[in-house]
Amino acid sequence: METETTMRSVTVTTRKKRSLTKDHMLAIGFLIPSILLVGVFVYGFIGWTGYVSLSNWNSLVPDFSFVGLKNYLYLFGDFRFQADLRNTLFFTIMFILAVIVVGQILAILLDQKIQQESLFRNIFFFPMALSFVVTGVVWQWLLNPSTGVNLFLAKLGLDSKWYTDTTIFPAIGWGKIEFGIPIAMIAVVIAAVWQMTGFSVAMYLAGLRGVPEEVREAARMDGANEFQVYWKIIMPILRPITVSVIIIMAHISLKIFDLIYAMTGPGANFVTDVPGVYMYETTFRGNYYANGAAIAVVMLLAVAIFIIPYLWSSRKGEA
Amino acid sequence: MKGRLKSFTGWFLIFVLALGPLSACSSSNETSGGSSNEETLDIFSWWTGAGEEDGLNALIDLFKEEYPDIEVENAAVAGGAGTNAKAVLASRMQGDDPPATFQVHGGSELNDGWVAAGKMETLNDLYEAEGWEDKFPEDLIDLVSKDGDIYSVPVNIHRGNVLWYNTSVFEENGVEPPKTFDEFFTAADQLQEAGVTPLALGDKEPWTATHLFETALLGTLGADNYKKLFTGELSFSDPKVKEAVENFKKMLSYVNEDHSSRNWQDASQLVADGEAAMNVMGDWAKGYFVNDLNLKVKEDFGWMATPGTEGMFMVITDTFGLPKGVSNPEDVKKFLSVLGSVEGQDAFNPLKGSIPARVDADLSNYDEYGKETIEDFKSASLAPSLAHGSAAPEGFVTKVNQAINIFVTQQDVDQLISSLEDASSDLK
Repeated sequence: METETTMRSVTVTTRKKRSLTKDHMLAIGFLIPSILLVGVFVYGFIGWTGYVSLSNWNSLVPDFSFVGLKNYLYLFGDFRFQADLRNTLFFTIMFILAVIVVGQILAILLDQKIQQESLFRNIFFFPMALSFVVTGVVWQWLLNPSTGVNLFLAKLGLDSKWYTDTTIFPAIGWGKIEFGIPIAMIAVVIAAVWQMTGFSVAMYLAGLRGVPEEVREAARMDGANEFQVYWKIIMPILRPITVSVIIIMAHISLKIFDLIYAMTGPGANFVTDVPGVYMYETTFRGNYYANGAAIAVVMLLAVAIFIIPYLWSSRKGEA
Repeated sequence: MKGRLKSFTGWFLIFVLALGPLSACSSSNETSGGSSNEETLDIFSWWTGAGEEDGLNALIDLFKEEYPDIEVENAAVAGGAGTNAKAVLASRMQGDDPPATFQVHGGSELNDGWVAAGKMETLNDLYEAEGWEDKFPEDLIDLVSKDGDIYSVPVNIHRGNVLWYNTSVFEENGVEPPKTFDEFFTAADQLQEAGVTPLALGDKEPWTATHLFETALLGTLGADNYKKLFTGELSFSDPKVKEAVENFKKMLSYVNEDHSSRNWQDASQLVADGEAAMNVMGDWAKGYFVNDLNLKVKEDFGWMATPGTEGMFMVITDTFGLPKGVSNPEDVKKFLSVLGSVEGQDAFNPLKGSIPARVDADLSNYDEYGKETIEDFKSASLAPSLAHGSAAPEGFVTKVNQAINIFVTQQDVDQLISSLEDASSDLK
């Protein structure tokens, strides 16, 4: 986006002056390679994927004949894809809420001028350094019904089947699926929150450090207790950070693939399946290239719902 | 002058920056597309597990002994019964960068996949030169042929319809290995009462459930009718299919509760540890029992054909072919000739735990299981595996896997049958 706007302003000025200064020449020269590469390898291929999703290419032999929305109609009537949409929705909601709440609490605790603050900062931030695949494999062993924490739970007489539970709560019939929170998804949310909370801790900590002490003092002078200071004063100040966290976490959760592929797979009755996993399997296992491309486009649109308003507002802010 | 030079270097820099990545790509292509002598022979497979990797290396060593000049590269991709490897292969083939030769299951995966896409060379002349036409069983050559032309060389045979059981668990509970579905269900009830999980399943990867389903189909329908399902001569709405689904459903009522968090190795381990009594898996499970878990054939574990499939043989055959557009087809053929030779098959199969595809291999190289299976293979009626892509195109298999995954939880017989019927439009 940014490069495009610069590019446009460059051409506008050159047209006005009708001559190219050396600086402009050089600027254009430096921009052309990246614009070309990004244009072809990012936007060009997004466009190509969009076209493939409207084609009949559902076998190893490429067939680019136009079939309109057939692939999309198939997907939205498909049990697995409906389940994927439901899973993504509830995964995203649970994941973002948990990352914000846990991240904020940890950041506030860290902000209490405790000893060894940097040690705790590192501990919270460390999972961010791992790849989702590693996280998936580790948590798979931790939460598997026959290993890890469930052995303790079983000793305590608690049910240890939640990791593979196929229950949907509250199970409202909707299309071909039951609509509600898939219980098995909670395990994946725990792993994802464990990994990504460090990021929101860092964001909130930076935000908290930016709140001037005078503001807190003033609130206390007015008789606010500590809880009110946070709830009424600090949290509203941190709202822009919350927006950033939501957007960054949403785009991670909407296109999540590796964590689920390594940890639970699609799951029995597709209770932990997500569009990314379906796209991979249907494209490269089933050779349904057009269906896979259609899933990719749906995922792109879902992310765009979050990203475009954000870009829009941040551009307005700049102007 | 000086200014010009400066701007020239500026432009030059821009061009280098712009073209750098592109030229880097093309030059690496050129080096790999050099003359045939320096060409490395990359052998693409998903054999990375214990046993299978040893087998592949033994085969490569044998080839190097015979052709020391040819550089060989083991380009195996790990994971998920070939799922990941097939994805990598698909992108390489679509990008016109095929490996020198690659592992592909004989049957639909080869014929309706790569051959139909026009990506394979015929190997009729190789078969003729090596005199192989009567060295492989006719049914097997049919599996690697389309319209009378042969497209790949089988290196091994795996049997899919094997019921593995823990011998001591069977003895302790006085259970005889079951031959029919009735015997199986009686035995399972008995075991369940004794507090043992009767049947181990690990369907974290859904193909294992499809694998169990196909053995139930074969056991209920028999080999001939089973094959007719995939040629369109028998509909999935046939009452016999419903009976098979009912049998499958009943089998599912005996499996371990945590099946969806396990893979097939974990399920086999349940049997090895005596927590479960039986599991249904292809005979690569024998390699896992023997190589990874150090169990003894016949002493610690035994085997049977799955219920109702005595005298039938669910075939999974790994084969290698010659893709179009490789720069060194003669070298590839040399490799294939080693692969198809008695020495090659006897170097590979005992380690991999499979049986040779050739009829004249040396029996003394194989363990008790291998010898018995080689005998069975000669007389049994063969049926191509659905779960492993021999019976039907990958697209159909993917849809069946999805329908089965839903069925395992929902257990809705009519829904499964109608999903199978819907999917069968992909068979044409």
